[in-house]
Amino acid sequence: MSETAMSSMDSGTASSSLVQMGVDKATLSHPVYNYKVVRQFAVMTVVWGIVGMLVGVLIAAQLAWPVLNTELPYLHFGRLRPLHTNAVIFAFGGCALFASSLFVVQRTCQVRLISDKLAAAVFWGWQLVILAAAITLPLGLTSGKEYAELEWPVDLLITVVWVLYAILYFGTIMKRKVQHIYVANWFFGAFIITVAVLHIVNSLAIPAGGFKSYSIYAGTVDAMVQWWYGHNAVGFFLTAGFLGIMYYFVPKQAERPVYSYRLSIVHFWALIAVYIWAGPHHLHYTALPDWAQSLGMVMSLILLAPSWGGMINGMMTLSGAWHKLRTDPILRFLVVSLSFYGMSTFEGPMMSIKTVNALSHYTDWTIGHVHSGALGWVAMVSIGAMYHLLPILFGRERMYSIDLINVHFWMSTIGTVLYIASMWVNGILQGLMWRAYNQDGTLTYTFVESLQASYPGYYVRLIGGGIFFLGMLIMAYNLYMTITTDETAEEQAPSGSQAVAGTA
Amino acid sequence: MDINTVRGLTTLLLLIAFIGLVIVVYSRSNKSRFDEAANLPFADEEAHRQTMAQTLAERETGADTAHKEKQA
Repeated sequence: MSETAMSSMDSGTASSSLVQMGVDKATLSHPVYNYKVVRQFAVMTVVWGIVGMLVGVLIAAQLAWPVLNTELPYLHFGRLRPLHTNAVIFAFGGCALFASSLFVVQRTCQVRLISDKLAAAVFWGWQLVILAAAITLPLGLTSGKEYAELEWPVDLLITVVWVLYAILYFGTIMKRKVQHIYVANWFFGAFIITVAVLHIVNSLAIPAGGFKSYSIYAGTVDAMVQWWYGHNAVGFFLTAGFLGIMYYFVPKQAERPVYSYRLSIVHFWALIAVYIWAGPHHLHYTALPDWAQSLGMVMSLILLAPSWGGMINGMMTLSGAWHKLRTDPILRFLVVSLSFYGMSTFEGPMMSIKTVNALSHYTDWTIGHVHSGALGWVAMVSIGAMYHLLPILFGRERMYSIDLINVHFWMSTIGTVLYIASMWVNGILQGLMWRAYNQDGTLTYTFVESLQASYPGYYVRLIGGGIFFLGMLIMAYNLYMTITTDETAEEQAPSGSQAVAGTA
Repeated sequence: MDINTVRGLTTLLLLIAFIGLVIVVYSRSNKSRFDEAANLPFADEEAHRQTMAQTLAERETGADTAHKEKQA
């Protein structure tokens, strides 16, 4: 079976042989997939990526030059920062996850989505959520919970859209034409279920007016629920979901099955079983009971094993095909994203060790760690997957320019490295300055002195983030040209002399 | 039963479940099943081609995408 699969694939994806379409059209034994919703989400991934990262660049500039915080409250750092995090995580990352999960579930279950109307409702519902966030957050309407700032009416809308998404996704799995549920779907499934539970439990609140509410939790319990949510947003939204992307798009782009399917099953159960306990490491040296802090630390350390199991599984998929990295920048995106994933999942457990955390907590090191995961892993694996996906969805052989993908790859890599390196330096510098004592027990440095010392890092971070952002503009141009250029080629050759036109 | 006994037993059960999982996953008898599963991403190119053919056909005839609902 694998032999035939491999050969049909060679003629299929890589060169998207539209020539054979006319022949296959007659055969109705195959499902016709819903690519419309995937196309919509894929394009919006690029759009929201640009918007979210632009806001990121703006707030990085505000930190470098505080004068940019003008009198206008809507553009103040305090209001734009949650807009940035929500936009990149839930708008950019969210659209990438919707696009890829709805694509992968159809293709690996060999069945069309159960309902086109439901799919449209999920797309427009999610865009409405993003729009609501883009309006309410600059207005200062916030519940104050990190990564869950949106107020209760928007929370309710998210819940509705998410339930529709779950029905669409799992309904399609239940209708599948193949016996086995491919591993990518297990990760997407865990992501959908867990995010539903996290969102509902953490957002439970008593409304006090149209856009004001109070959490039903108080004090330490509130903090623990918040970081149980917060860290599992990392674990299930930003990790499990994107591992689903990895398990489909890395094999597909490398044109070979995953290194070890058996390892992927162990990887899945180990990862979801351990991640859920790691939240307390966000609350070291707080009012949280000491045993809970230590438990969070131990679970975070154990988490290294499943994380690296997955990374190795993805990387080793290329064994015997490493030469493809020389010519294929899309594969580079995917493989380098796995390198950053491995790096940040080593860094994370290390930072969860209480003594390390005593130095790193509340410093820029944390921001650097987050962006090593967010830019290096989440964004780069999404970008790689989109470069693979977009031409397929638009019936093109490949993106308009492979060279521009390569340029984008280097900009992303250099941007990420500048960002995280500057934040490492800043973080360690801040941590050391804050803890420095004089012989008489007084603090050696004032807080402002540590802030002044941080400015070089803020400039470098702005440059790194700016380079990463410019890369996204190149992607948008490449996407625009991909969609429009081939279209004209079709129009110019209606006679059927061209393969593409001939199939219709 | 003491709550801490229950907690200890739960941990033990989870450990057994994990070891059981590893044994089942790596047993020789399941090898072919998983090899087949690993190739699922490459098993549906015909369906993809058919989808693209229909998309192109609709584009040429100017048919709305709502048309697809009927087909499905």
